[in-house]
Amino acid sequence: MKPDQGMSLIVKTVTCWINSFIFLFGIYVMLFGHITPGGGFPGGVIIACSFILITLAAGKEFALKLFSLDDASVVDSFSIFLFLFIGFLGLILGNYFLQNFMAAGEPFRLPSAGTIVLNNVAIGLKVGAAIFAMFMYLSLFRLDEGEETE
Amino acid sequence: MTNLPVLFVALPLAMGFLYILLLKQRPYVAEIVSVAVTLVLLLLALSLAGAGTFQDGYLVTSFNLPVGGWDIPLGINIFLDGLTVFMLIVVNLVSFAVILYSVNYLQRYTSRTYFYSLILFMLAGMNGMLITGDLFNLFVFLELASVSSYILVSFGVEAEELEAAFKYLVMGAIASALILLAVILVYLVTGTLNMAYAAQFIQEQGMNRALYFAFALFMMGFSLKAALIPFHAWLPDAHPSAPAPISAMLSGVVIKVLGVYAMLRVGFNVFDLGADPVFLNLLLVIGGISMIIGVLLALYQWDIKRLFAYHSISQMGYVIMAVGLGTSLGIAAGLFHLFNHAIFKSLLFLNSGAIEAATGTRSLKKMGGLAKLMPVTGVTSMVGSLSISGVPPFNGFWSKVLIIFAAVLAGRPVYALLAVIGSILTLASFMKVQRYAFWGKSHLSEKKQNSNLEAPLFMKVSMLFLAIFCIFLSFLIVPVLREMILTPAGEDLIRGASGYLARVGIL
Repeated sequence: MKPDQGMSLIVKTVTCWINSFIFLFGIYVMLFGHITPGGGFPGGVIIACSFILITLAAGKEFALKLFSLDDASVVDSFSIFLFLFIGFLGLILGNYFLQNFMAAGEPFRLPSAGTIVLNNVAIGLKVGAAIFAMFMYLSLFRLDEGEETE
Repeated sequence: MTNLPVLFVALPLAMGFLYILLLKQRPYVAEIVSVAVTLVLLLLALSLAGAGTFQDGYLVTSFNLPVGGWDIPLGINIFLDGLTVFMLIVVNLVSFAVILYSVNYLQRYTSRTYFYSLILFMLAGMNGMLITGDLFNLFVFLELASVSSYILVSFGVEAEELEAAFKYLVMGAIASALILLAVILVYLVTGTLNMAYAAQFIQEQGMNRALYFAFALFMMGFSLKAALIPFHAWLPDAHPSAPAPISAMLSGVVIKVLGVYAMLRVGFNVFDLGADPVFLNLLLVIGGISMIIGVLLALYQWDIKRLFAYHSISQMGYVIMAVGLGTSLGIAAGLFHLFNHAIFKSLLFLNSGAIEAATGTRSLKKMGGLAKLMPVTGVTSMVGSLSISGVPPFNGFWSKVLIIFAAVLAGRPVYALLAVIGSILTLASFMKVQRYAFWGKSHLSEKKQNSNLEAPLFMKVSMLFLAIFCIFLSFLIVPVLREMILTPAGEDLIRGASGYLARVGIL
C-alpha cells in the first residue's frame, strides 16, 4: 500500500479494521441465505462491496493486485459452471434438472436445505465477481478519458 | 429423455461461459464448438417435432416438465407445445446457418471468442423464452437475449455502430420496463406468475381494468421489440450497423421471438383474446400499416442493409396482419410467413455481408455487375429476392398467397388488397437491389473487377443451405408436412387459454 495513492491514512486504517468484517458478513449472508434473510445475490454484493471499499481507500492498483480483472472473469465464468453442474447433478442423481438431491438435514442448521446452499455459493461468487468487474471497468473508462484530454 | 428440453438453455449458456474461461486465445475452437452446439440443438428441435402423437388430424406435442421437481404453481415449468416446437425449429435452424457463416466472416474482427459467447447467450435467451411456462421467466430470458443483442450490435465499436446500439439500448430498455410493469400487474391481480394459472384465473374471473392495462403494456413492450410501425425507430439503425451475421440473427429470429411469439403467446394463450374483436382489429391495423409504410420507406434506400431492415418491418406486418384475421387459415398463414421470412431475410443479410466484405461498401450506387464476380452470392441473393417478393415457386409466394386467401375468406378484402400492393412494392425494391448490385454496369475499381471477390467456403455453404430451404419450405403446405409442423402451431394459438390449460393438464 503506497502512501501516495488512495485516500488519507485515517481512511486506510479504518478500512483495514472494518473490511474483514464486511467480507465475513458477506460470506455469512451467502451461506445462511436459506435460513436467514439474504442469499447468494446480497452476499455476493456485500463481498464485492468490500473489494470496492479497498479500491476507494487504497487505490485501484492495490485492489487489482489483490484481485485482478482476469481473476474476476475466471470466477465469474466458473461459478456458472458450478451452478449448471449442480443442476445436471440433480438430473443425474434425481429426475429433474436442478432437483434437490441432497438430504434435507436438520432444520435451522447450515446443512438443512440440500443443494440450496451450494446454489447460493455459486450465485454469490458470480454476483460478487461480476459487480467488482463492472465497478473496475467503469473506473477504467473514466481514467482513460482523463488521460486523453490532458 | 424427458429432460432434454433443458439443453436448449443449459447447453449454449454453459458453452458461452466455457469460451470466456478457456478459449480467449483460441477462437477457432470456439467456432467448431458453436457450430456443433447449434447443430445438436437443431436436431433436438426436429426430434421434438417428431415426438408428438397424431390427434384430430394433426401432430399434438404437449410436454410439461417441472424444473427441480416442483410442480406448478410452486415451481417453474418448462412447457412445449406445437407453437414452441415450431419456433424452436426456426430459431435453431437460422442460428446454425448464421454461426456457420460467422466462421469465415468474423476473421476480420478481434475478440472473436466474445462474439461466439454472446451469440450463444442470445440463443439461450431466445430458446428460454420459447420453452418457459412462466411469465417472469419469460421476462428474464427476454432481457438475456436483448442485452446480448445490444452488445452484439456495437461489436464493431465504430461511432455509427455505437450510436445505433445506444438507440437500440434505450428503446429496448423502455420495452423491457413496460413488460416488467405488465408482469407485475398480472401478478398483483392474479396472484401467480405461471402462465397456465394466470390464464385459468382470467378465464374464471374475466378481464378487469387492471388486466386490460397490463395487456396494453404487454402490447406496447412486445411491439417495440418486434419493431411494428409506431415503434420501429430503432430497427433501421440497429440492424444495418451490426456485423452481417448479427443482422441476420436480429432480423431473422430476434424480432420474431422477442416480439411476435411473446405477443401471440400472451395475447392468445394467457389473456385468451383470440376471439376479441378489439385485439384482432388492433393486430390488423398495426400489421397493415407496418406492411405498407415499411415497404414505402424501403423503396428509396440506397444502403443495401438499411433497405433490408425496412423490409423486415414490412414483412413482420404481414405476419401480424395475417394472425389478426383470427381465422385458423390466417394464423397458419402468418406463422408460415414467419418461418419463411426467417429463412430468406437471414439469407439476404448474409448476402449483404458477403458483398460488403468483398466490395467494402454498402451503397447500391457503388456496386454493379457482381453476379459475374460472385456467382454463388448472386444466385442465392436472387433466390432470396424472389422469395421475399413472392414469386412462385419460392416459399414466400405460398405464404403470401395463403395470407391473401385468408384475408378474402375472412371478409377483409381491403387487407388482401394491401397485401398485394405491399408485395408489388417489395418486388419493385428488390428489382432495384438486383439491378444495381448484381447486374448493370460495374462501379467497382479495375483492380477489384479482376480479382476473386467470391465469399469463402463456409459463407458459401451457409448461403446455399438457406437458399435450398427457400425452395424446400414450399413443401410445408403439402398435407403431411403441414400437419406435422404448421397446423399444430396454429391450432395451439387458436384454441386459446382453454386449449393451453388442457395441454398443461390443469383443467
